[in-house]
Amino acid sequence: MHELMSGNEAIARGAYECGVRFASAYPGTPSTEINEEFSKYEGVYAEWSPNEKIAVEVGIGAALAGAKSMVVMKHVGVNVAADPLFTVSYTGTNGALVIITADDPSMHSSQNEQDNRNYAKFAKIPMLEPADSQEAKDYIKIAFDISKEFDTPVFLRMTTRVSHSKSIVRLEDPVDTKDTTEIRHNPAKYVMVPFHARVRRVQVEKRMQDLRDFAETFSENRMEINDKDVGIITAGMPYNYAKDVFREYSYLKLGMVYPLPVKLIREFASKVKQFYVVEELDPFIEEQIKALGLNVTGKEIFPYANEFDPGMVKTAIEGKNDNLVDLPPLKIPPRPPNLCPGCPHRGLFYVLGKLKAFVTGDIGCYTLSFMKPLEGMDSCICMGASIGMAHGMSKALKDKGKGKVVGVIGDSTFIHSGIIPLLNMAYNKSNAVIVICDNKTTAMTGMQEHPATGFTLQGEETKSLDFATLASALGIDSVRVIDPYDIKNTRTVMKEELSKDGPSVVISRRACALLNRDQTEVRKPLKINPEKCTGCKICLGLGCPPISWKNFENMPESDVKKKTKKQKGIAVIDSSLCNGCTLCQQLCSAGAIEEV
Amino acid sequence: MINAVTNILLTGVGGQGILLASEIICKVMITSGHDVKKSEVHGMAQRGGSVNSHVRYGEKVFSPIAGKGDVDILISFEKLETLRYLDYLKPDGMIIINDTELYPPSVNLGEATYPEDILEIVQKQFETVKVVNASDIAVKAGNIRTANTAMLGVLSMYLDTIGVDVWKNVLRNFFPEKTVKVNLIAFDLGRKA
Repeated sequence: MHELMSGNEAIARGAYECGVRFASAYPGTPSTEINEEFSKYEGVYAEWSPNEKIAVEVGIGAALAGAKSMVVMKHVGVNVAADPLFTVSYTGTNGALVIITADDPSMHSSQNEQDNRNYAKFAKIPMLEPADSQEAKDYIKIAFDISKEFDTPVFLRMTTRVSHSKSIVRLEDPVDTKDTTEIRHNPAKYVMVPFHARVRRVQVEKRMQDLRDFAETFSENRMEINDKDVGIITAGMPYNYAKDVFREYSYLKLGMVYPLPVKLIREFASKVKQFYVVEELDPFIEEQIKALGLNVTGKEIFPYANEFDPGMVKTAIEGKNDNLVDLPPLKIPPRPPNLCPGCPHRGLFYVLGKLKAFVTGDIGCYTLSFMKPLEGMDSCICMGASIGMAHGMSKALKDKGKGKVVGVIGDSTFIHSGIIPLLNMAYNKSNAVIVICDNKTTAMTGMQEHPATGFTLQGEETKSLDFATLASALGIDSVRVIDPYDIKNTRTVMKEELSKDGPSVVISRRACALLNRDQTEVRKPLKINPEKCTGCKICLGLGCPPISWKNFENMPESDVKKKTKKQKGIAVIDSSLCNGCTLCQQLCSAGAIEEV
Repeated sequence: MINAVTNILLTGVGGQGILLASEIICKVMITSGHDVKKSEVHGMAQRGGSVNSHVRYGEKVFSPIAGKGDVDILISFEKLETLRYLDYLKPDGMIIINDTELYPPSVNLGEATYPEDILEIVQKQFETVKVVNASDIAVKAGNIRTANTAMLGVLSMYLDTIGVDVWKNVLRNFFPEKTVKVNLIAFDLGRKA
């Protein structure tokens, strides 16, 4: 049976087919759907862990107990998980452990473009890289086989285009699974004190040599000899881009990007007149080939940054693209993503933007509030950075920073990596205010549960973390709760907390506008009464998608109702998009905003 | 054959049902015996941002995205978004435009102007440009949310090797029972537009 599947769906299916029944992950684009889809299969255990480090540790525990365990994260999640990863490379896995890293060339939904193939080399962990959904399904199975056979964790590297493109996949029946778990004591292998680690360290090098030998004959390191004038070495999605425009050339398509098959590469090089490495981001393969003394072309003609496409590969190798249409210069207003109508973050960041404080921000939908017109955020580095940065900044500024430093972090992000920085603020007597935006879900990645929502990934009811109690327990004396739909109170509470000595926490609590489970109130959409609108544009300062500006000069004479001489137009609400949050109504001093 | 792959690019604004429409095209092409790949980017773009979805089909498809200058048919669910992706079209490519304007934030704030001459620009550069008002069709069909199905109806008229029954069977299986009828009406109205 064949089905159209995304790379992420195919991985979940492949893992299920080959008998994996255990997965842990923290959501992150473009990886999120892998664990979501996996969790729906019969008889599996799948969890959202609070962060990627914990997910890997959970995975290691399951593997040491003898399970086949899969751990999933986006590329920057591997930074968080790096600590256990580098040492599980020494201990090996007992059962099997596959870590999926979903990289994001072009940074479609990420803060950096790091190339996680470097982690494979750094941590001495083999890495496979599929090029489409069928390969994603095949390779996850191979990854588990390699993990078991070589007693090693294995990386499977995805990129956004492989994760989120769909292609046809051949479904197979799942193999019969049997329970392989039991308690096995083996301290020499699993207690990494120096004198054990030194022994394992040597073992790791032996394993890498075995894997290098394996790579030479691995069937997914595949030579396709056609026209011998030009050879292309490539892996993952760039194989498709190259193949799309140069079907006639010869290829060495690498299914395993680390370690590389050195003999095979030399053999391929000897068969073709000239050859290229086609790889996105870092010259990872290229540098290793050049270290062999082979004359290969790579980053001399290909860019380091951003994902490729077929036309780009063609232009790089041929130096031109004849297909392009000659277009006149076009002035196209950008259309960036925006906070949704009724988003609870809007009221909070409207207030923060007006406070003229320095707002250290974090990762989530609310990061979008740095943009005009809200301009409510001044920094975004990584998950959890807001709290440590706010503390460091207020310490460095001393009196100059008093009442002027705010850190803002979402609920899921706070749980991911904000709790310990908050403890640090209490411990080291900070002076900043931290706002936890509690929208009761992990909104940015598409509504995943977390430890404060009261539900697990697989829908079971569970304990729900109470942020206020936690903050108190960590040593924060001033903890307030606000409703960001109430602008006046939000402003009052923020001003009060900023004027206090010592660290404070403000919990800005209101469910995400897209989270149906928590929408209990009936809200009516709003409209603007043109008879009353004075054209002051204050409502436009919310940057709410349904609210737009209409110039009098574009309106029929009879519709123009000037309240003042200088009035140039009116604001308009597209009521079909409005969810009735009333923020604009609260701001309108002319009372022009009414229920439809 | 040098290039036996057909490239369709769907563009518009997050929330317009573009990913659903491209999913339907894929199913139609699979049913018709083609190899198919499609690609789009999820995540941030869904928050009212510019959205695109590539659909490529033929005997054997490698890349899930088309390069600039490769697209045969551009289906634009919003006028401005047509311009943003115009350079993806082949010189003899065709365009289907939904005659709807959705203002981006900079236009809402009065800081940028929404280009008034989009249709003229497009018609000057490309020979085959079909402009329809899919939202009107959807309302006529009985549900504003069927505008994307109406656009597929328009598209089906230009892919004449695919029988109308194939489309309708896919639509019947795709939608939940209670919305099948209204989607079929929108599809038929799109075909007549």
